[in-house]
Amino acid sequence: MSTATTARDERHDATGSATVRSWKNPIILSVVAVLASLVFALGAPRNDVTFRLSEENDPIVLPSIVVSAPVIGWIAALAMIALAVYAILRTRSGQKVPTWVLAVFAVLFLVAFLTWVVGSARTPNVALYGLLAGSVTLAVPLIFGSLSGVLCERSGVVNIAIEGQLLFGAFAAAVAASLSGSAIVGLLAAAVAGVLVSLVLAVFSIRYVVNQVIVGVVLNVLVSGLTGFLFSAVLSEDSERWNSPPRLPVIEIPLLADIPVIGPILFQQTVVGYLMYIAVAVVYVALYHSRWGLRTRAVGEHPKAADTLGVNVNRMRFMNVLLAGVVAGVGGSFFTLVAVSGFGRDMTAGQGYIALAALIFGRWNPIGAFFAALLFGFATNLSNVLSLLGTPVPDQFLRMLPYVVTVFAVAGLVGRSRAPGASGIPYIKG
Amino acid sequence: MTPQDDRPVSPASDGGTPPTRRQTKDAARQDEVRLENAAETAGGELPPPAVPATAAGIGAGPGPEAGLMQRIMTGNALVAFLSVVLSLILGGLLIAVTDQDVARASSYFFSRPQDTLGAAWTAASSAYFALFQGSVFNFEGDTFTRMVYPLTQTLTVATPLICAGLGVALAFRAGLFNIGAQGQILIGATFAGWIGFTLHLPVGVHLLLVILAGMVGGAVWAGLVGLLKARTGAHEVILTIMFNYIATNLVLYFLSTPAFQRPGSTNPISPQLDASALYPPLLGPAFRLHWGFVVAVLATIFVWWLLNRSTIGFELRAVGANASAARTAGVNVSKGYILAMAIAGALAGLAGVAQVSGTEKVLTSGVAASFGFDAITVALLGRSSPWGTFAAGILFGAFRAGGVAMQASTGTSIDIVLVVQSLIVLFIAAPPLVRALFRLPAPGATRAGKGSAPTRTPASTGAAA
Repeated sequence: MSTATTARDERHDATGSATVRSWKNPIILSVVAVLASLVFALGAPRNDVTFRLSEENDPIVLPSIVVSAPVIGWIAALAMIALAVYAILRTRSGQKVPTWVLAVFAVLFLVAFLTWVVGSARTPNVALYGLLAGSVTLAVPLIFGSLSGVLCERSGVVNIAIEGQLLFGAFAAAVAASLSGSAIVGLLAAAVAGVLVSLVLAVFSIRYVVNQVIVGVVLNVLVSGLTGFLFSAVLSEDSERWNSPPRLPVIEIPLLADIPVIGPILFQQTVVGYLMYIAVAVVYVALYHSRWGLRTRAVGEHPKAADTLGVNVNRMRFMNVLLAGVVAGVGGSFFTLVAVSGFGRDMTAGQGYIALAALIFGRWNPIGAFFAALLFGFATNLSNVLSLLGTPVPDQFLRMLPYVVTVFAVAGLVGRSRAPGASGIPYIKG
Repeated sequence: MTPQDDRPVSPASDGGTPPTRRQTKDAARQDEVRLENAAETAGGELPPPAVPATAAGIGAGPGPEAGLMQRIMTGNALVAFLSVVLSLILGGLLIAVTDQDVARASSYFFSRPQDTLGAAWTAASSAYFALFQGSVFNFEGDTFTRMVYPLTQTLTVATPLICAGLGVALAFRAGLFNIGAQGQILIGATFAGWIGFTLHLPVGVHLLLVILAGMVGGAVWAGLVGLLKARTGAHEVILTIMFNYIATNLVLYFLSTPAFQRPGSTNPISPQLDASALYPPLLGPAFRLHWGFVVAVLATIFVWWLLNRSTIGFELRAVGANASAARTAGVNVSKGYILAMAIAGALAGLAGVAQVSGTEKVLTSGVAASFGFDAITVALLGRSSPWGTFAAGILFGAFRAGGVAMQASTGTSIDIVLVVQSLIVLFIAAPPLVRALFRLPAPGATRAGKGSAPTRTPASTGAAA
């Protein structure tokens, strides 16, 4: 299959012709399957790999999973090749490659990769429950951030300012919690700070019709500069008073928290963690099963139609952007009230942009964004765990992992992502 | 940059007198704009590019090609000036509010308010004075060299900002939002640096090869993004952000390998570049300003020519205005994306060369500083026009160079510069806000809608066409 043909096929896709075969998926699957069999099967370490499911002193102790690295490598590689062949056959007969093939393929790849990489480490023994729980923890701000993006973009406002909302939320949470001595006050202040950033975004992009991407990028710089300046001019002058917030306590739900593996993930969180689960569910239900959600989506897809039917487009957008500020602000409090105690310059470190990636990878859907953010959290946590285990892979490549995964996810699996129709276009009545 | 705004610029050529060459050109340009606008309505069903062509004109105003006098006449220069003043005032307030002396004086504000106000004035004005002294002219210098040294510092800092800003601006015009200048600078600097310290070539050839390598490095890194976008449809904002992180880690990895690491060092730092690989100083050894600045000027001219006078540039702008219309018109959109990103990357690579073989002279992972991100604001402030970007680059270069001096002399954190810079871009982007704040009259009634808001929605464009 030449690249020229692929390009032509895709162009037809873009213009809406339905009967054209897309060879992209079969090609990607075949290449990855061949690489996987070379590395994970032929290059498998000759030892057993242990995945621990619980600690010894947990109330319920599960046996550890012990597998042989070459066996898992070969099984997964052969299965992946079979799937790739299946995808090629489907495409040749003019049918689409089903989604489950991609999903199963991804899971197989993940299992094979984990087995291979842990098996190659100095200590081929990893706590699977810790790996998963850590992933969720790392994903919390990302999930809040991408929910904020979902709220904005679904109503037709591009939100690049997630980074700024998170950072300002983190800053406000630290300062308010330090001054008041209460982490809950900090949480509220974070929400207010997120709304403030949102307010600027809304006023400039809706009232003054400035390009939304530009406002977003500039807001990120503004918040970074503002918090950085206040940090060095005020916070670090008297950090005892301004920058020593109490941490949010971890609330364990009795009994449920003792369930192995999923207990710590679901029932052993801080307020922010529980809020995250609630927010995902609420946004999902509200967006697809409520009058508000229908209006939001209508305003984002076809504002003129919504306007014709009596929806006040710009007020709807304004409200949604402000609401998004609440969500992202609360997410920002994670940095200063949960992760570490205290604000640091630019401490969000680009997480807002990654939330944006998760949002697009999740196809502007709250649930999709949730899992995309989890994938990213997992990749980040995996690279942390692996550098502790001591693998032959250089440290820098491990740290690249989350970003490479995102590139592959966005370029390989998602393909042509379709934003809400009116996202980024200001609406002027008339 | 709506057609409405352009109209008053050229007096109607139906006034009886034969149109001058200038007028004909203006009319032709208006037609072009109108065509682009009309094309935009065609593809209403498809999602718009991340940054519409209007990124070229955040607010209202005549095109970048319009003469200086015309700009002043339409009042945009005034808005720009007031935006800068307003941002400086807000920044000054921030400095004053957080100042220790002001805080002390404010404890007895109601008995002696003038103390608080005086302290606030002192805090803000001394910071800004230091900023000015560090970026334009040093009044305390005893020799001429010391007096103008700050200005050359400004130009030195502006060099990478201009180059990378041009890259971002060019991508904007092709409808691509290139956040990846940071990574492109890094990879460009890596390529250039490696040639600079590994090969030992004669003077002239070496520097030329270094510059070329830097451009190739940036072009490859950015072209990869263009390729992925064109082939798979992945969103370039995500790709460029991820490529930034990957580039940083890649450079760190390189710097831990024997090919790049300085012999005998355990730090991630490369050997010094050969003297033959460095940009010669432009104004003699007393100044840090190097020939990279001249390269930046040449790059600006090149981008101006490319965008406004070449077929490639026209195609890129067409892709940026409306990809589906451009495709219908026979433009290869995929090629456009790849080409736009590659050229943008090459320009960012030039910024990398300016850093590694002009200012820093060694390769570290911090060689790009934050120029790649500042370049975005530079391009935005310059409204994605080559000369606008050039001017914005010099302004931000002055802020940055002056900010360092300010932090050293008054202890005001350099972050205030970021605040002022972003406020400037925000205000310039919303002329109605600035006019309302200063109670300026709204410009002529010829403009549609509220103030001079960019009215590029299908509805209004349809009405205009």
